[in-house]
Amino acid sequence: MTGKLSRTCAIVGAAETDTIGKLPGMSRLAIHAQAAKNALADAGLSLQDVDGLFCAPAGPNELSEYLNIVPRYVDGTSVGGCSYMIFVRHAVAAIAAGYCDVALIVHGESGRSGIDMPGLDGPASPNGQFEQPFGTRGAPTTYSLPVLRHFHEYGTTKRQMSHVPAATREWAVLNPRAMMHDKGPITPEDVEASPLVCYPFNLLDCCLVADGGGALVITSAERARDMRQKPIHVLGTGEATAHRQVSMMRDFTTSDSTVLSGKAAFAEAGLDHADIDHLMLYDAFSFTPMLFLEDLGFVAKGEAGAFVSETRTGPDGKLVYKTGPGGDLPMNTNGGGLSYCHSGRYGMYALIEAVTQLRGDAGARQVEGIETSLVHGPGRQFAAAGTVILANA
Amino acid sequence: MDGAYEGKLPRPTPETLPFWQGAKAGKLMLPWCEDCGQPHFYPRAICPHCLSDRLDWRQASGRGKLHTYVINHRAAKGFTAPYVIAVVELAEGPRMLSNVVTEGEPTPDMLTIDMDLEVTFDPVTDDITLPRFRPAP
Repeated sequence: MTGKLSRTCAIVGAAETDTIGKLPGMSRLAIHAQAAKNALADAGLSLQDVDGLFCAPAGPNELSEYLNIVPRYVDGTSVGGCSYMIFVRHAVAAIAAGYCDVALIVHGESGRSGIDMPGLDGPASPNGQFEQPFGTRGAPTTYSLPVLRHFHEYGTTKRQMSHVPAATREWAVLNPRAMMHDKGPITPEDVEASPLVCYPFNLLDCCLVADGGGALVITSAERARDMRQKPIHVLGTGEATAHRQVSMMRDFTTSDSTVLSGKAAFAEAGLDHADIDHLMLYDAFSFTPMLFLEDLGFVAKGEAGAFVSETRTGPDGKLVYKTGPGGDLPMNTNGGGLSYCHSGRYGMYALIEAVTQLRGDAGARQVEGIETSLVHGPGRQFAAAGTVILANA
Repeated sequence: MDGAYEGKLPRPTPETLPFWQGAKAGKLMLPWCEDCGQPHFYPRAICPHCLSDRLDWRQASGRGKLHTYVINHRAAKGFTAPYVIAVVELAEGPRMLSNVVTEGEPTPDMLTIDMDLEVTFDPVTDDITLPRFRPAP
């Protein structure tokens, strides 16, 4: 059984800004605009074809103005890094409803250079009153909070967690566009020897800080048949939001929104975990995709540590990580937020990498024989969630 | 004291003001629902369990357990690294984010998940007192 919107739409355009990393000459909106232009070129469409605009952190008002368009459907859902997975879901629904035909989903952030990046929660907000006064300072101090509870309840260890950045770096070494491409491989020991940022996170447990943008073009499966790119079908999607602040997690070892979002996506796609060839699980930090492996049901609760730290020796004598190149479950194959790029809301890059892999355009890091990919991300600290299951046939 | 403190300060709203007034008076206050009988945190204008607006502010015991924590090594303004950011499970049930104040630099050895804590009040400005926690004797 599949959901009634499964396979009704396809991604027909996907592109990032010309470069990612440091873009000191581009504002937040300029980054959005270049990403939109590149994705439309990839799709072989023009701005005039776009009648649905989905964007964050730029709002639909400011981006429609900047691009000089008048879309008849707009969505400015802004719940953090998974906003783009949620936009895919909303675009599918809007296209099915006839509210738009060509959906443009845009992301752009001057996350490193900070050119026109708006502030978040003010001092009167719940976060400004009940988290910030206690010395929280950015994501490393909040995404880290659930970790020791998970260690305590399930015996997960820091050494197990240290395998995630090491496996992810293996992919970045194969991706010339990855910010850490030239830095070479790292070991779990290297992760633990890097400077402490916020215990239990060392520097190499933390995502990069970058400028960058990306965009997707989605249309009906019918229209997608005649377009420039091989259509990447949307099989199933999910979304949820459970809270805003990490301190309000109901259970610090589970992301409630992830559980709900993942179940919806699998049900709509009519697939089981064994049907998924490739995973993009938003890695804001080493621990983040571990929690998602559990909450999406790829492993049982408490077993992510053992799963990600399982290694074997490959035919050439090289260590093969479970989620690394040659591993059983290829994950975060662009190099992830940890080693590819992270501008603040990484979800768009995860979606674009899934499309790239499913098109067979991933070069040295191409996963052979791939037919399906699951993309999942959080918004803020395990608060919101969005899931997208894609297929190339 | 005013002017010297560089950390971020809360700006109380109508539904949170009794909490901050309580802290200033050395009391940890929680809103309790008069309909469903449950306390909640952070303070809202309606009970997040049953949507009742019949709320009664009562003093909490100030005791709790260390639910989870981190030791931050890159200090926020007004803080000196390393320091502990923790989620405290209050004896009354709700959890709140705060700090655990230790004697000397905090290390993981000093901090055990579920260890007993008690509130301590830190008047950081004339207006704002932050409720922090310390290991209970």
